[in-house]
Amino acid sequence: MSRTLNYKQVTRLVEEGSKVLDLGMGDGYLFKKLQTEKKITGIGIELNPDEVIKSVERGLNVIQGNIDEGLKQFADKSFDYAILNFTLQSTQKPDYVIDEMLRVSKKAIVAFPNFAYWRVRFYLFFKGKMPKSRALPYEWYNTPNIHLNTIEDFFEFCKSRNIRIVDSIYLAKKRARKGISKPLANFFSEEAIFVLTK
Amino acid sequence: MNESINQVQTKYLNLNKTIVLESSKTLSNIKIAYETYGKLNENGDNAILICHALTGDAHAAGYHSKDDKKPGWWDTMIGPNKAFDTNKFFVICSNVLGGCKGTTGPASINPDTNKPYGHDFPVITIEDMVKVQKELIDYLNVKKLTVAGGSMGGMQAIEWTIKHPEYVKSAIIIAAAARVSAQGIAFNAVGRNAILQDPNFNNGNYYEGNHPEKGLAIARMVGHITYLSEQAMHNKFGRDFKQDKPNFDFGVDFEVESYLDYQGRIFVDRFDANSYLYITKALDYYDPIEKYGGLENAFNKTNAKFLIMTFDSDWLFSTESAKEIVNALIKKEKKVSFIELSSPCGHDAFLIEWEKQARIIKSFLKEE
Repeated sequence: MSRTLNYKQVTRLVEEGSKVLDLGMGDGYLFKKLQTEKKITGIGIELNPDEVIKSVERGLNVIQGNIDEGLKQFADKSFDYAILNFTLQSTQKPDYVIDEMLRVSKKAIVAFPNFAYWRVRFYLFFKGKMPKSRALPYEWYNTPNIHLNTIEDFFEFCKSRNIRIVDSIYLAKKRARKGISKPLANFFSEEAIFVLTK
Repeated sequence: MNESINQVQTKYLNLNKTIVLESSKTLSNIKIAYETYGKLNENGDNAILICHALTGDAHAAGYHSKDDKKPGWWDTMIGPNKAFDTNKFFVICSNVLGGCKGTTGPASINPDTNKPYGHDFPVITIEDMVKVQKELIDYLNVKKLTVAGGSMGGMQAIEWTIKHPEYVKSAIIIAAAARVSAQGIAFNAVGRNAILQDPNFNNGNYYEGNHPEKGLAIARMVGHITYLSEQAMHNKFGRDFKQDKPNFDFGVDFEVESYLDYQGRIFVDRFDANSYLYITKALDYYDPIEKYGGLENAFNKTNAKFLIMTFDSDWLFSTESAKEIVNALIKKEKKVSFIELSSPCGHDAFLIEWEKQARIIKSFLKEE
């Protein structure tokens, strides 16, 4: 799945002039887009040094680091948004990372591939193999995605931790949907974007 | 890309004023050795000050003559279209105060006695080095600059951002920390002791006789141990013998011994033992964390954009210690980027692994 739709939707969620922490910022494409379109300030964290260099090339503030080690260098509520875009599934401790995000920011934006998407279900059901798709292109043995989850799982997770979901966007193919029921979203969405507060 | 600057010359500036040092002693008649590459623009804001490390000098790039075998010490990084692009920037490098490469130091003539200062030279600090650099910057009509340096040069860059926030638009700090670790001080202390115990040392007044070369060579050997990682030493020398088998004596037997011996011997021809004492002491004393009650306070006024780079195998200035700077800047909401580069070369990596550094610095400076 092309990232274009995701970037567009995440950008839409961020208020103009906000201070943003981008976790797992990759090559800095989204941050730069937010800077240009939403006049945001802030900083990103990225583990892969080659990606870090790309963000420096874009003129962004980027810290090489591992978000699984926490965000101790950041004070409580020091950002308007902490963004975790397609990184949740490759963290060692997703629960800890989300806790830390909600500590340092007023709102957390979390986007992840939905493992209950019907194509993924059918792949496993009919082929009997670990699903591969545009959003999940890896083999089981080399995937960085060690914590895959579904939309249903995520709702349950938030409920058990008293995390409030204030906005949700479901993506499939080239469409973004809002306000559909949880079972439908869980079946028909390739990807979900949630805005969280605590 | 690999083109070097044409011939360059070291220039000298004589300061006509007295400088009050951190120790509150004063120093007059200071001479500063410096080189410049590229042209200063009309606004005086395209300058880059390169700060050298412990034993460096003002000759950072280009060749002094056609017969010169080696270019300046950071020629890989400074020149047309290089990381510090001399087509765009006015690059300055000066020898530090207390050095022995043209700037006033303990081997210089004391105007009061007409003899070399020796230990009449006051103890200097990183702050004093920067104070003298600032005089040069003003003389050159520079209004805004980027400061960049590795190791001790990185410390000078830090000091620039603290002391002259209105001048520094960006700072590039490589393989450095805000202060030397206890372990670092310990190694420097061994080096200083080797010099101080040399029979030729004579309380630092050795300029008319034999120099304390043995002591200085040992100091350099210790230094080189700290510049390499265990991995780098293993890769370079292993446990190899120089002549394939042990000699059963106490001569230079192992390859690694031979390397250190060689580094020690060539060093005494190019460096003054007193300068080594003074500069390592300045290095050990520097501690803005203690001085300002935390780095966050120290960085209060700076608006500079920071680029901080470390090497994963560097244990002298570890990633951990550099992160103190990064975290303080984050807390103060300053602009900062941090990258840890992978290299087996230890602290030396900052002079060896130039290609990745060049790419990063180039893109960092592009955004100015």
